[in-house]
Amino acid sequence: MHTARHGLSRRDALKLAGAAGLAGIITVYPGRRVFAAADQSLNLAVERTRITIDGETSGAISIGGSIPAPTLRWREGQEVVIHVTNRLDEGTSIHWHGLLLQGIMDGAPGFNGFVPIGPGETYTYRFKLRQAGTYWYHSHSASQEQEGMYGAIVIEPAGRDPVRADRDYVVLLSDHTPENPENVLRKLKVSEGYYNNNKRTLVDFFRDAQRDGLGATINDRLAWGEMRMDATDLADVTGYQFLVNGKGPRDNWTAVYNPGERVRLRIINGSAMSIFDVRIPGLPMTVVSADGQNVVPVKVDEFRFGVGETYDVIVMPTEDNPFTFFAESIDRTGYARGTLATREGMEGEIPERRPRANLTMADMAMAPGMDHGSMAGMDHGNMPGMDHSNMPGMEQGSMAGMDHGSMPGMDHGSMEGMDHSNMPGMDHSAMPGMKQDATGSKEQAMGWGDAGTPPGAKALSYADLKALSKTTDLREPTQEIEVQLTGMMARYIWTINGQKFEEGTPIRVAYGDRVRIRFVNTTMMAHPMHLHGMFVELENGQTDRMPKKHVVLVPPGQATTVQLTANEPGEWPFHCHLLYHMASGMMTRFIVEPRTASL
Amino acid sequence: MRTTTKSLQRATLMAGAIVVSLSVGSARAAEEHQVEQFHEEPPILGTLLIDRFEHRWRDGENSIDWDVQGWVGGDTNKIWFNAEGSKPVDGEVEEAEFQLLYSRMTSEFWDAQIGIRHDVRPQPQTTYGVIGFQGVAPYFFDVTAQLFVSEDGDFSARLEAEYDLLITQKLILQPVAEVNVSAQRVEELHIGPGFNDIELGLRLRYEVVREFAPYIGVHWERKLGETADIARDHGEDASDVSFVAGVRFWF
Repeated sequence: MHTARHGLSRRDALKLAGAAGLAGIITVYPGRRVFAAADQSLNLAVERTRITIDGETSGAISIGGSIPAPTLRWREGQEVVIHVTNRLDEGTSIHWHGLLLQGIMDGAPGFNGFVPIGPGETYTYRFKLRQAGTYWYHSHSASQEQEGMYGAIVIEPAGRDPVRADRDYVVLLSDHTPENPENVLRKLKVSEGYYNNNKRTLVDFFRDAQRDGLGATINDRLAWGEMRMDATDLADVTGYQFLVNGKGPRDNWTAVYNPGERVRLRIINGSAMSIFDVRIPGLPMTVVSADGQNVVPVKVDEFRFGVGETYDVIVMPTEDNPFTFFAESIDRTGYARGTLATREGMEGEIPERRPRANLTMADMAMAPGMDHGSMAGMDHGNMPGMDHSNMPGMEQGSMAGMDHGSMPGMDHGSMEGMDHSNMPGMDHSAMPGMKQDATGSKEQAMGWGDAGTPPGAKALSYADLKALSKTTDLREPTQEIEVQLTGMMARYIWTINGQKFEEGTPIRVAYGDRVRIRFVNTTMMAHPMHLHGMFVELENGQTDRMPKKHVVLVPPGQATTVQLTANEPGEWPFHCHLLYHMASGMMTRFIVEPRTASL
Repeated sequence: MRTTTKSLQRATLMAGAIVVSLSVGSARAAEEHQVEQFHEEPPILGTLLIDRFEHRWRDGENSIDWDVQGWVGGDTNKIWFNAEGSKPVDGEVEEAEFQLLYSRMTSEFWDAQIGIRHDVRPQPQTTYGVIGFQGVAPYFFDVTAQLFVSEDGDFSARLEAEYDLLITQKLILQPVAEVNVSAQRVEELHIGPGFNDIELGLRLRYEVVREFAPYIGVHWERKLGETADIARDHGEDASDVSFVAGVRFWF
């Protein structure tokens, strides 16, 4: 596993990085510092700074002097030592997102004995790299991550990399707000809809009434009103600038290629709150890795990108054209943009913006007390966007509290990451609100899962992911844990199993056990659920090649199941990776307990 | 006899206030204990909303009217503050009411509240015990319902509801309704038993930013039953219509 292979096979980046590493120095490569590996030791200082995005300057916090923080290029099998010096006047921490390591090195204050790094203090992390792939690192203290404390980690495999590429770029997406994050949280608590500038209005009512009929529109509004929910609640925070490697859309981060080259993009969603739809118009992407773990290559045109997730894709531009890397936030308030070009300074076209989705009653399917049969205003016949009758295996009568595990005909494989666009019987064109206008673009997307993918285009779904190597632990899980994703939107309180972090009961599993976790999302928002310390394996229909993930994006109103082998002892944070959800309670402890001597 | 009742009432109110402050204190202490396990403190937040600060033009004497609310606290426990009042443009303050309440989350959409109300005007100044609830009813109606018992043992109640109708993202029409009920005649305050009055308002505001919105509107008040008779006996109109213009802002 730990062959010290210095004969780097790739061109460009890796040669340079390797050479720099051998010399034990820091070098500069495509616009950012690369710390390469031979002495495997580096210093990172955390300090307040200013960041200028598209000409606007605001306050931020940097790790290692830049935003994003320097990309750490390491090699599997190495032992790395990182000295983190805190130059802030508050405690800080760095969490190595996705890395398998000893608990205290995980860097989450309050877990595994790790305490915040105090002002002026230096903490030394030391761990052995037990894996390869694309990961990232960020602060796990307060809202520092939102202020710029994030960077990429690239770990080269000890052996041959099954993914061949001529160029290798990190594409780190993030969202930056000039506002103080604490103030953002206060506003959400005081007035939850503060940042939503796309609420439904009287103007929308008349437009919808004209399109869908007055009765249907009234019923729809009554149904939402009765629940005191907002169909336009896709993102809690707006006012963001969306960044690619720290650069705004106008700053236009550019990756250079020669026509015909295979370009590997290591795409990381390092946002605090923003889920993206990612595409490169005109350039299909072959997904080769998810959350750092290799998958059987799958060719897609776009993918929905949960906070904290990573995807490595290969693109092969053959022409001398600039291509636009385009990541729209799902609430469509903005986009991150970069360019793939044959030289710096070229600009691709900004593609047409996708319509914003309204949530539908289907996104409420797991809400407690959701009695589909008797719900007032729940007229399935004319509810816009609601067509449960055609969903395979979805039985209306027993939706609430239904037991997925035992339900016959309930195929998890095709449920998870349910791809609405391909669902048989989902005739979008017949749905109110889904009419195509003359230009062919949709005026309104319906339902959280509707990314506005054009007909014929392929969007990645979790069901497409198939691990490159076989699942090693094929035991049937002995413990099943239900994790209800819960919250009180109106109060901006987010919880797991109805409990905030401070008041919650930890999840306990025995070391070595195979465990199934079933996420049930009772809320109207998607939650990217992140477990520290271990990968989970998605039950996505694969039998012996379940993809490994460190973040699982659980769509609203849906259930997603994963398995894991509890082989990393410790007390691991288990939380929603939306920063303000975590800060308002959506976190728990996942404790892997050593077996007692008597057992 | 009268004095004894009064002091008894005062004592009860005091005891209530002490219970309130104690329970807030212990809840906070419990939270602090839990915080030690983690780096983030549950935030103690606060907000102050000047919901109405307006000039009322009417057939008669114009007035300045206000309605303010605010709170300090966490998710579950809050100290809640309400104030409202009215002052003729060229005169002394006629009505000024203050409430200090302990507010506790009882469900996703509702807070139960208990505390003290003190009316500085009209004279004589009156102190009340307050119990009530505040929250969002289905269909997004903001509702406050309060039961009052005065230092003289008089019972009364108030129900307020308001709704924000978004015409556009920034232009918002807000209907408001309020009813006051009394269990008995209170001569000093010129009210009779039963329904005392009903108020209806309609305000159109423009949110320049979320925190600041000028508005215009109409406000209609009608005294009812014996309260209306008393008003007429004093040579006042039982009903009152005014055009209003003001600002709504919060921090």
